[in-house]
Amino acid sequence: MTTIVLAIVIGAAFGFMLDRVGATNPGVIIGMLRLSNLHLMKTIMLAIGTASVLLFMGLMLDLVDPGHLDVKDAYWGVFVGGLLLGAGFAIAGYCPGTGLAAAATGRWDGLVFSLGGLAGAAAYMASYADVKATGLLEPLMGGKAALGTLGGTKYPAVFAGVPGEWLGLVLGIGFVIVAVALPDRLRGPMGREAPGGPTA
Amino acid sequence: MILSWKTGGVLLGAVFFAAVLLIKPVGVSTQFVIFDGILWDAVDDTVVVENKDSKSGYASSNAYLNKSGGKYAKNVANPWNYSFVFVLAMMGGAAVSAMMRGGVPAAERTMPPVWRANYGDAPWKRHLAAFAAGFIVLYGARLAGGCTSGHMMSGAMQTSLSAYIFMAGAFLAAIPLAIILYPKEA
Repeated sequence: MTTIVLAIVIGAAFGFMLDRVGATNPGVIIGMLRLSNLHLMKTIMLAIGTASVLLFMGLMLDLVDPGHLDVKDAYWGVFVGGLLLGAGFAIAGYCPGTGLAAAATGRWDGLVFSLGGLAGAAAYMASYADVKATGLLEPLMGGKAALGTLGGTKYPAVFAGVPGEWLGLVLGIGFVIVAVALPDRLRGPMGREAPGGPTA
Repeated sequence: MILSWKTGGVLLGAVFFAAVLLIKPVGVSTQFVIFDGILWDAVDDTVVVENKDSKSGYASSNAYLNKSGGKYAKNVANPWNYSFVFVLAMMGGAAVSAMMRGGVPAAERTMPPVWRANYGDAPWKRHLAAFAAGFIVLYGARLAGGCTSGHMMSGAMQTSLSAYIFMAGAFLAAIPLAIILYPKEA
């Protein structure tokens, strides 16, 4: 029961924030990807950095249960799947989460995107055995690899012996620095806001 | 009302942190598979069956639903679990936020201005592109084992190697393609 309450509270907060940072607007996503409006990129880099700093400080102070971490498998299919996702992301201006969230805000193209997503996921289910046979899903670096060694977990480390918590803290600060350093835009008329303001 | 990158970034980061502090990192794309499985099982109830020999207690005739001891099969059979409700609540949260800021303007509900500037305002073109894009995005996300939420946001937060592999692929495709497809800003 508690987990369902948490799902509702955290899920609703996530969806609310996705909308408030402009991520449910495909025009904002396309502006980010064509490098003419980096407002959302700055927001996401700052979000990842903030979360990372809080997470690794929490792990070091024993406030966060390392069992809550969920490091995913690394394999070549992650790269190939990333390419496919990136292509669709650029065409539509939606990713799986923001497509659903956008549909919920009343965007018809978000709904159509999500229906296409259900079809794509079904196609993956149908072709899974063939994809597996290609070897693309074979684990790299021991599978669920983190960059450093994370205490209280069995995740293999890319840089064995490097304390993962400190590395995570440094990378988190790095994401914050990138967020601050990124300009508002890299293409288009510099100094002019993207059409409709910084977020449209 | 869209938040500044500073406020929005800190608050969104607080949500990512709250998720991992209280239960587990955020993720979305698996639930497309679970929803497909629910629909499929509704039409053909032999797709997901109880099976005492499987680790999760459920098994499926579909190899993907059956993988990792039938954990997806179990979620199809019991959709009121954390991850599925999380995605429904995400949609609810986005809807509430949009309502509070006065809703999405009618002209934007079919397509964003940048699409209109480059491809005109015929809705069928935008819908065809959106459907095809949704297809390859979810196919890619399932192949990668996660999407922008699970791999990029949650993965980078946790220093996962897979997050960096995923981001390399996603941006290598997305940035050049967006620049080519959308020569006009809006």
